[in-house]
Amino acid sequence: MKRHEILALREVDVAHGHSPVLHQVSLSVRQGEIVTLIGANGAGKSTLLMAIFGLPRVTRGEILFDGREITRVPTHRIARMGMAQVPEGRRIFPGMTVMENLVMGGAGAPVDEAVLERVCGLFPILRERSGQRAGTLSGGEQQMLAIGRALMGKPRVLLLDEPSLGLAPLMIRRIFQALRAIVAEGTTLFLVEQNANQALRLADRGYVLVNGRIVLEGGGESLLANPEVRRAYLGGH
Amino acid sequence: MNGSGEGAHGVGRWLREAAITGGIAFLLFAPITGVTLSGYTLEGHWQRPLWLAVWVAVGRFLWSWFRARPRPSPALSRLSGAFSLWLDDHRTHLILILLLGAMILPWFIGKYWLNVAILAWIYVLLALGLNIVVGLAGLLDLGFVAFYAVGAYGYALGHQYLGLSFWAALPFGALLAACFGVMLGFPVLRMHGDYLAIVTLGFGEIIRLVINNWMSFTGGPNGVRAPFPSLFGIDFGRRAAPGHVTFHEYFNLPYSNEYRDIFFYFLLLIVVSGMVFLVRRLRRMPLGRNWEALREDEIACRALGIQPVTVKLSAFGLGAMTGGLGGVFFAASQGFVNPTSFTFMESAHILAIVILGGMGSTGGVIAAAVLLTVLPEALRDFAEYRGLLFGCAMVLMMVWRPKGLMGMRRARFRRSGVA
Repeated sequence: MKRHEILALREVDVAHGHSPVLHQVSLSVRQGEIVTLIGANGAGKSTLLMAIFGLPRVTRGEILFDGREITRVPTHRIARMGMAQVPEGRRIFPGMTVMENLVMGGAGAPVDEAVLERVCGLFPILRERSGQRAGTLSGGEQQMLAIGRALMGKPRVLLLDEPSLGLAPLMIRRIFQALRAIVAEGTTLFLVEQNANQALRLADRGYVLVNGRIVLEGGGESLLANPEVRRAYLGGH
Repeated sequence: MNGSGEGAHGVGRWLREAAITGGIAFLLFAPITGVTLSGYTLEGHWQRPLWLAVWVAVGRFLWSWFRARPRPSPALSRLSGAFSLWLDDHRTHLILILLLGAMILPWFIGKYWLNVAILAWIYVLLALGLNIVVGLAGLLDLGFVAFYAVGAYGYALGHQYLGLSFWAALPFGALLAACFGVMLGFPVLRMHGDYLAIVTLGFGEIIRLVINNWMSFTGGPNGVRAPFPSLFGIDFGRRAAPGHVTFHEYFNLPYSNEYRDIFFYFLLLIVVSGMVFLVRRLRRMPLGRNWEALREDEIACRALGIQPVTVKLSAFGLGAMTGGLGGVFFAASQGFVNPTSFTFMESAHILAIVILGGMGSTGGVIAAAVLLTVLPEALRDFAEYRGLLFGCAMVLMMVWRPKGLMGMRRARFRRSGVA
């Protein structure tokens, strides 16, 4: 069954000022899939993720969301179209309470109690800590909050930037479990990771980004078995 | 005994530190205070820097001693904990008591202090306005006085050219200031922190210089008259204008200009209470939350679907509106405005109130505004040392209460209130 393509990048170039970061990047994410983008530090993964939201704008090529071109749509409008992002470094609001952070995810809309229930079911700790300042949470809890906040806007596609960064292995496992549950409920995931092992195990398909170019793509398992990928990202032989 | 041995060691260290500090103080003070020019020769007054150094050394010793004291006993900290819990539970009562106190105050203080109290309330209004911009939205504004000036001149010039009464000027001045706030907001949308501060500083100066130099319209340094408000057409003067009634005639009272001030005081109290109520409501609404979120992380806000332009402009506009209201009141209370009331020092003073009170904390800002207006009046004898005391207070605050007199309270999130 060929599934509907929900997010697509077509030959996208992105530059920071005058220095080019991404070259001719094309990729596509189909509804209900988990797609991962792996690559070394500085390959341009985070830039790619932010460029989907127009921060910064692409210099060439086009980005399609659900068949609509969003290359030049304002960032806040993109966020309201059904795409949410867990940005690099989590970017929670540290001075606000956990609950306020979650409410912010709804972008001013009244809180949908059902969604809030679902998020708190996924991460029970958020309910326990709801009145606490978000900045006082542990790294893993902050990551959960960032994911929960993104889910509050009922996104169809969730973009995640290195959700495992700096977390203990146990916490990483819990986060990835939660991601599986999110996908099971019908959300599409696009996951940027340096932790290639975990990411490729989770993903249906993966792309490998090197120096701003996609050099490899394939199914999660086949990339995991690929000797080049193993050598470059998994420390294998 | 072991304990006393450690103590002696501590005292030795304190003495050494005190000596070093005193030595540095002597080196610093010696060229400044130890040498005076007398005729063509230099005279040495070595006892002066020596005394200063001794004082500094003693101070340093006391400071070390103070720092080394045992922590407050657990009973004491438990008591203060219980007190803050009690405060949490009885917050509404406390506010009511304070409000009641503010309402009966005018009958217990003389005319002089009544005028000080009016000034204090005007500063509360200004600080509440700046608190929206700086404390809640996190946009550092060093030119807030511009909106104060716009409000004040909006009334004075509105009266002169359009014949506006105080009551018409209140919304007019507020709206005018809000327009100026949005006008300033547009060009600085992309700026943050220091850059924003510099542009707002410039804006404040531009407004003052325009007022000062546009002689034909604003009267320049000569200023403009701004009449006192009337109450439903009743004047507060000794003699009424033709066709008008004065307050004391209407109520058959002997003439006293204190009625006028008491009336004005209550008017301000009502407006300030309204403003406090508005800010409290806003902080629980999406707009208020967006201000705070924008202060914390603009990129995250945009990625969450918040349009930063409207959020920033609304903060600038609302803050400026409050400043404008303060300006109208200021003009009416003084009866006259001129540009010297709107210098950068005034902006700095309002900002100091917001910082000392605790950015974002309404209660703290009100307390700081009252303190910083009443204390300088009470300490008139020490007027020369005002700057010094002010500076010391700032430094001590940064050491002990970096979040201000009262750090910002998180508005408790109530789900039923939002859904």
